[in-house]
Amino acid sequence: MDARITRADVEHVAHLARLALTDEEIGDLTGQLGTILEHATQVSALDTGEVAPTAHPLPMMNVFRGDDPRPCLDRDEVLTEAPAAEDGRFRVPRILGEAP
Amino acid sequence: MSDTALEVAAAVRAGERKAREVVEEHLGAIETGDGALHAFNHVMADEALAAADKVDAEVASGDVPGTLAGVPVVLKDNLCTRGVPTTCSSRILEGWRPPYTATVVERVVAAGGIPIGKTNLDEFAMGSSTENSAFGATRNPHDPARVPGGSSGGSAAAVAVGFAPLGLGSDTGGSVRQPASLCGVVGVKPTYGVVSRYGLIAFASSLDQIGPFARTVDDAALLLEVIAGNDPMDSTSIASPAPQLRGVLDDGVDGLRIGLVEELTDAEGVQPEVAAAVDDAARGLEKAGATVERISVPSASYGISAYYLIAPAEASSNLARYDGVRYGLRVDGEDAATMNARTRDAGFGPEVKRRIMLGTYALSAGYYDAYYGQAQRVRTLIIRDFNRAYDTFDALISPTSPTTAFELGAKTADPLAMYLSDVCTVPSNLAGHAAMSVPFGKAEDGLPIGVQVLAPALGEPVMFRVANVIEHAAPETAVPA
Repeated sequence: MDARITRADVEHVAHLARLALTDEEIGDLTGQLGTILEHATQVSALDTGEVAPTAHPLPMMNVFRGDDPRPCLDRDEVLTEAPAAEDGRFRVPRILGEAP
Repeated sequence: MSDTALEVAAAVRAGERKAREVVEEHLGAIETGDGALHAFNHVMADEALAAADKVDAEVASGDVPGTLAGVPVVLKDNLCTRGVPTTCSSRILEGWRPPYTATVVERVVAAGGIPIGKTNLDEFAMGSSTENSAFGATRNPHDPARVPGGSSGGSAAAVAVGFAPLGLGSDTGGSVRQPASLCGVVGVKPTYGVVSRYGLIAFASSLDQIGPFARTVDDAALLLEVIAGNDPMDSTSIASPAPQLRGVLDDGVDGLRIGLVEELTDAEGVQPEVAAAVDDAARGLEKAGATVERISVPSASYGISAYYLIAPAEASSNLARYDGVRYGLRVDGEDAATMNARTRDAGFGPEVKRRIMLGTYALSAGYYDAYYGQAQRVRTLIIRDFNRAYDTFDALISPTSPTTAFELGAKTADPLAMYLSDVCTVPSNLAGHAAMSVPFGKAEDGLPIGVQVLAPALGEPVMFRVANVIEHAAPETAVPA
């Protein structure tokens, strides 16, 4: 398949990945991702028509535990390490379009 | 500082040496030597001395501490340590102190081991040289102009130079084995699920596994026995007890069938001296009674291509959590989305951004099946091919790294060339199998060479028997200057 990556592709993916890349970073990545993906398309050379995908190397089922209460992380200790906290919660800039 | 962990622990348990003296000696070596090497992000001097006093008090009161009594252990700085900075060598986590401790670290401490510092790595374990650290590269103790390998380069260099007899790293595509090879120490990637990952900061969750560094095979077995075994805090942890390794170490290889993997040994870019070392290791195994034959594992050649789609895809998802809200760096913005994107651009280095972009692209609408889906199907083929090889062979051998340590800067401008450093190691991660690197002599320029031993899932006992024979058959191993 065509692995050529355009600048517009990189801008689109940067938005999906929530990365505010600089112009220079977008330029560098446009070339680099193209080269890497070209190598990666070697996987397309193999016939995998009848092959099931592997997402995980072990044949494991979900693991359940008893519904028993136990101590969790200390709230104050966790919030001390947060960039901003207020009233026992993480504080963030506005998310919706309400007045600031 | 060349005592093995077994020697240190025996002396401390017998009351012949104080754990405090052992730790003070190692702290002294770090103080003198780490300025030039930069193996550490953070030295845990106070915590280590306090832990040593606790071990000494146990011995004084007549208790017998665990099998790692008084043994300093270095920790890759992507293992959470409560109250001690854990950075992943990234600006985005700089200064963050985790509210909990990784299971492997708790097990080391419970066995009397002494965590002595957090070691440098490629940012978020993404790299093969430790040059991607936001805090500066680690240098190879055999030649400071060269890289120690990566991503666990700090732990490998620290163990090689004697800052500690033991170390822990994480191996997603070779990040324990490749630096072990380049620094001339033993490095193990256990079977997926054998060691709990609770408290290991995630990179690619279907591939990540924690493993030991040591200067001898016996010491590596000792540490793996301590950290292995089921942990209810990790839902991918296998429900079987820790493998017994030291008891079988001297069983030898008489009658074992060993395969030499052609695709990994004859691969383009394998240095002739490295391929010759694998042949010499094969002769050593034959002398000890094993049969060694060349074996083709056709899909192994596609490991790198599959890996560099699957690992970045999983990373792009795992690293979504660094959004400036709960920990680490925040760069403000007028709304949350702007704050997220600015924080991530300022906090992540170039390689991490590259992998997030690659993974996001491979998972995006229209490309998912051609890239990620196809890579997952190739992963199935790789597992099938290796399992077929293990129908005939008890274990396999190959180079660990195609080359000895390369010069700092040699591959930083060419990401693909750096990725190809992992060609021999990624198949075991994709398959979830066990593998380890054993030092085997040195190249003409004095740099260490490593031979890789590969084994099927839960094949650690046979893998260590093979590794032990290779270690004893090895020519004089390189010693750091």
